[in-house]
Amino acid sequence: MSVAPLLECKNLSISYAGRAGDVPAVVGFNLTLKPGEAHGLVGESGCGKSSIALAVMRYLGRAGRVVAGQILFRGRDVLAMNDAEMRRVRGGAIAMIYQEPMASLNPSMTIGEQLIEVPRYHEGVGHRDAALRARAMLDRVQMADATRIMHSYPHQISGGQQQRIVIAMALLSNPQLLLLDEPTTALDVTVEAGIVDLIRRISAEFGTSMLYISHNLGLVRETCDRITVMYCGEAVESGPIADVFRGARHPYTRGLFASNPSPAADKNSRPLRSIPGQLPSPRARPPGCLFGPRCEFFAVDRCDAQPVPIAPIAGSGDHSSRCLRVDEIAWDAAPAAISSRAAAVFGEVALQVNALTKRFGSVSANDGLSFEARRGETVAIVGESGCGKSTFAKILMGLLQANSGSVQLAGLELSRLPVTRRNPQTIRALQMIFQNPFDTLNPSHSIGSQIARVIRKLGVQRDAAKVREQVLELLDLVKLPRDFAARRPRQLSGGQKQRVGVARAFAGRPDVVVADEPLSALDVSVQAAVSELLIDIQRRERTTLLFISHDLSVVRYLADRVVVMYLGQIMEQGSTEQVFAPPYHPYTEALLAAVPIADQHYTKRKVLLSGEIPSASNPPVGCRFCTRCAYRIPGTCDRLAPPLQQVAPDHQIACHLPREQLAAMRPVFEEVTP
Amino acid sequence: MKAGIALLLALIWLPLAGYVMFRPALGALAPYLLLPSIPAVILLYGIAVRSWRESRVAVFGVTLVCFWLLMAVTAPYLPLLDPNKPIAPFVAPGGIKHGVLFLLGSDMRGRDVLSRTLWGCQRVLVWGITATSVAYVVGAGFGLIAGYLGGWWDEFVSFAGNVLLSFPVMLLFILVLNLLGQSGFNIIIAVTCSSAPVIMRIVRGLALDARSRDYILAAQTRGEHPLWIMWVELLPNVRGPLIIDACLRLGYTTVAITTLTFLGLGLQPPDPDWGLMIKEAATAALLWKYSYMLIVPAVSVSSLILGFNLIADGTREMSLRD
Amino acid sequence: MRNLVVRRAIQMLLIMLTVSLLLFAIFDSDQFREKAAVAELGGFGIATLSADDYHEWLQKKGLNEPFLARYAQWLKAVAHGDLGRSVEKDVAVATLLKESLANTAILAFFVLLGLIPIALTLGVLAGMNEGSRLDRVISVAAVITTSIPQIATAVLLTVILALGLGWVPAKSAMTDGWSFRPLVLPLLTLLLYDIGYLVRMTRAAMTEVMASQYIRTAVLKGLPPWRVIMKHALRNALVVPVTLIFLELNGLLSQVVVVEVFFQYAGFGRMLFDAANFGDIQVLQAATLVAIAVAVVSQLLSDAAYTFLNPRVRFK
Repeated sequence: MSVAPLLECKNLSISYAGRAGDVPAVVGFNLTLKPGEAHGLVGESGCGKSSIALAVMRYLGRAGRVVAGQILFRGRDVLAMNDAEMRRVRGGAIAMIYQEPMASLNPSMTIGEQLIEVPRYHEGVGHRDAALRARAMLDRVQMADATRIMHSYPHQISGGQQQRIVIAMALLSNPQLLLLDEPTTALDVTVEAGIVDLIRRISAEFGTSMLYISHNLGLVRETCDRITVMYCGEAVESGPIADVFRGARHPYTRGLFASNPSPAADKNSRPLRSIPGQLPSPRARPPGCLFGPRCEFFAVDRCDAQPVPIAPIAGSGDHSSRCLRVDEIAWDAAPAAISSRAAAVFGEVALQVNALTKRFGSVSANDGLSFEARRGETVAIVGESGCGKSTFAKILMGLLQANSGSVQLAGLELSRLPVTRRNPQTIRALQMIFQNPFDTLNPSHSIGSQIARVIRKLGVQRDAAKVREQVLELLDLVKLPRDFAARRPRQLSGGQKQRVGVARAFAGRPDVVVADEPLSALDVSVQAAVSELLIDIQRRERTTLLFISHDLSVVRYLADRVVVMYLGQIMEQGSTEQVFAPPYHPYTEALLAAVPIADQHYTKRKVLLSGEIPSASNPPVGCRFCTRCAYRIPGTCDRLAPPLQQVAPDHQIACHLPREQLAAMRPVFEEVTP
Repeated sequence: MKAGIALLLALIWLPLAGYVMFRPALGALAPYLLLPSIPAVILLYGIAVRSWRESRVAVFGVTLVCFWLLMAVTAPYLPLLDPNKPIAPFVAPGGIKHGVLFLLGSDMRGRDVLSRTLWGCQRVLVWGITATSVAYVVGAGFGLIAGYLGGWWDEFVSFAGNVLLSFPVMLLFILVLNLLGQSGFNIIIAVTCSSAPVIMRIVRGLALDARSRDYILAAQTRGEHPLWIMWVELLPNVRGPLIIDACLRLGYTTVAITTLTFLGLGLQPPDPDWGLMIKEAATAALLWKYSYMLIVPAVSVSSLILGFNLIADGTREMSLRD
Repeated sequence: MRNLVVRRAIQMLLIMLTVSLLLFAIFDSDQFREKAAVAELGGFGIATLSADDYHEWLQKKGLNEPFLARYAQWLKAVAHGDLGRSVEKDVAVATLLKESLANTAILAFFVLLGLIPIALTLGVLAGMNEGSRLDRVISVAAVITTSIPQIATAVLLTVILALGLGWVPAKSAMTDGWSFRPLVLPLLTLLLYDIGYLVRMTRAAMTEVMASQYIRTAVLKGLPPWRVIMKHALRNALVVPVTLIFLELNGLLSQVVVVEVFFQYAGFGRMLFDAANFGDIQVLQAATLVAIAVAVVSQLLSDAAYTFLNPRVRFK
């Protein structure tokens, strides 16, 4: 108890100078970090979590500044240090790891030069010794081929390797504190799993304290000892990981957990519960409790009377919450019941894909894809970057043409029919929802005119008054206010834009909708709302949904069937229950194990993949997954294409492993028996 | 709002262009033609100051440009001496001769420098704005084609652009104006030849960038025609950088036109024009005491170009702030 | 990387060929031929040229041959270094070109000598600390000098330095042999604009780099400020300005026309301008070809510099 804290934030407030005066980013933030401790800072975009890390480094840019409070590092006020002292702290005692490794490395210096600088400038080590230490550090972050890497430029190595370089750079000065700002957000899931594992090992091995900033509750649970949840620049709840994850004591934290799909969540029996409403704008903060307007326990004249302080929860050790009614709410009661849905009934085959192959020169982006989707069914196509899922979507939409194989929609062959030659009915029957909400709408036109254009173009309505009526009906359908028709995309939040994207896709009452990672750029609570919306509309319209995603927890929740792809080939396909339970394809197993789990009721088995995803232009011979597979049978897997094994009706795995060995696999998730 | 601004611009540009390009054909109508443009300039200035109010730099630029615009449309109605009439040569600024006050002096042929300077901005503005607009239409059109359609279209358009870009600009002007003859309309062609390839490259780059946007994919997947996509979906979104470039380019064109008249290649005498004024003074009166004849047009043209450049700078600054 | 340069070189060759064909066609047009005929036969202008005289002249010059045949012939002559004769001055075009190019090269050399260190330093200083007072002073000065057209600069400098203060001669004809003082005005005229332009470009590149995440990484590594600037920022920020310096050669060819004509400096620009006015077609043709060759080569150099300075392109 008497250990002096390493880092303390006392009543820290940060503001950014804007055109119309200061905008608060962080208000009255407190934090105590002990040596060797890992503290997670969780919140949705714009909650001020990154500003805290940058304030600790005293690097807020020209617009940002600390307006109140203190940041004490080993008892010294960071804000009062002179420049020389600050330089010793930066990269010496405190090191930072960033979200985008590619952008964080200097593109015109070799990796060696960038690593060697650290010991040279912090400890005055000579060039030779510094180079030796850099190489040794590369080994410790498990970088193979260190000599080559030292002479490479950042663009010559993969994203996962770049992040290992940034980590190595941070560790070279033996820091006491690591600031990690969403270090794995830009990476693929299996690569992320490797980096998270590395970070965990480091904190154990070096005894470094960590401030881990993330939007992902599961990641924080797997890496940290304590957690602080932030909302609108304020800490709303803070405490040991176990306490907070077992019993959240703030309505916002609870809302976050409820909108996070757990490995057992099922869209029919346990629909997700999103947090109603939207983040308030930083200029128009509500009075009293900032979360008040969105809170189901909101009490008029109490919660909005005056600012709510964060206070320890009685009888809980050091678990605190910024909620006035913390003692009144029945936290353990089941959340207000949400009506469960009836299971969907699937109709006839709507879309049939057979041996579809697409090559770009020597790169085979899609290699013999075969699967089918029924009416009203959600089929998820899962895979990491380079697996060919986006190429497949483009072939389907007629923006690319396949080399061989077939895609049939209601008996019509589409694989080599460009969109310009498709008839209006076909175009209408097949629509798409796009990934990036900030890109999906044309910034120059109003929401209403963009939806109206789709209605007219797809020939749904021509009469001006009827088109207008239908635009408003579509806005109702996606639960947006009707006056949004006159707004511009920039006036909408990401989630709202994505709702417009959904409205646009469903405007022509399509038979099949392709959704390309529609949720991946959204915050968790918004994700839940949009996915619920998508399911509801799909049910009503009996639409076939092809859901392309890399996020297995969302897939587990949304999909009826799952197709797992790796480097252009299908590794496994089956119903969601079949794919998420043994027997697994070894790649599926690794993908599942890479998903961070926020739910306390589950434990996860550790499965780590070696290496990185090979380049699609030079795929491995034999099984494409053989270079990373833990079960590889030398002489077989790296020579022969794997056979397609029918392990159950409707469940196929492309693997050389004998059926008994596949069947003997243990589940990745197991429920903890209380 | 957008339509209103377009109307104002038309109200200024059409009469002014008609006045400068086709004055003999207008006959008795000519003196009344510019009357509606005067309130239009004042209104435009008000709107411009409002929309650029966050950048002091841009407001200053707008003020400079609108001052010259106002001079261009009011020149016929101001109590000025006839700019082409020789009255008394070599009168120093502020001097009075034959009972006439020469505020900025008179030139070597006895014409009033103030009057010539104020009238002179008409030609520079009209031909400059027209030439830049034509270059923009041509450059942006080819840029959209190259950037959006890609493939052989891109290869061909880019190559043609590279060919034109390999000519030093002044050489291109000399060749075009010698080949086609020296007139305002041929200046438009010369400016188009030199500016359109640059605009084409910019638009092409912007279109290439925008082409991968999801909203373009969305338009493609609902079977929109390429022309619709280019015009409705692409063009409005590349507007921002283009406005900045257009302001800079108006400056370049103004430089080009003044330089060409200075070299005797562009607009022909006797009508006043800043380049011409510099040329005449530099050949006939290169002495310290007559330097006002050089300085007045030189400062005038610089202030107009500075205005365009400051608007560009201010706009860029504002776009970076968002 | 070598592939890239070779590909660019082939592209450039193709451009040169197209341009030469285009040029030949332009100078083969009646406008230029008539000008040439008047210049050679004497007379007071195109209006006085009779149709018969003109046809006879065409016949004599062999200009009635098929276009492509004459183009091939011309190309062969050019390849052998035979650029024709000047009608006005009655010397070989090659001789004339050599002299004027040498004079312009002297001018260009001093321009680059002043331009590169001054502009890059000022640009970096301004961009290093965006919004500082130094930045604002440099930026305002740069926007003003780039706003003054070179004829206006030439006028103002002449008025102040030559007519007012009498420090340097107003004209640079150098009839009494070469000296540096007459070069001062043309040099300053060219420098004022070019420095402003390059400062603006360098500043823009520098501010962009200073706002980048890798500079944040370098600062948060605890490196001293000079190391961040010299080692991390400059290498990336100077890529664009350095490539622009090569392209500036092309721009200089335009600018020297104005400056040399104004100051009566016997350089390439003035020769080109005079030839165009006089109708000295062979001089004009040769000068155009040289100018474009310089432009094309400078583009190639600029591309090569970009590739060399940019590891992302160099090691692709």
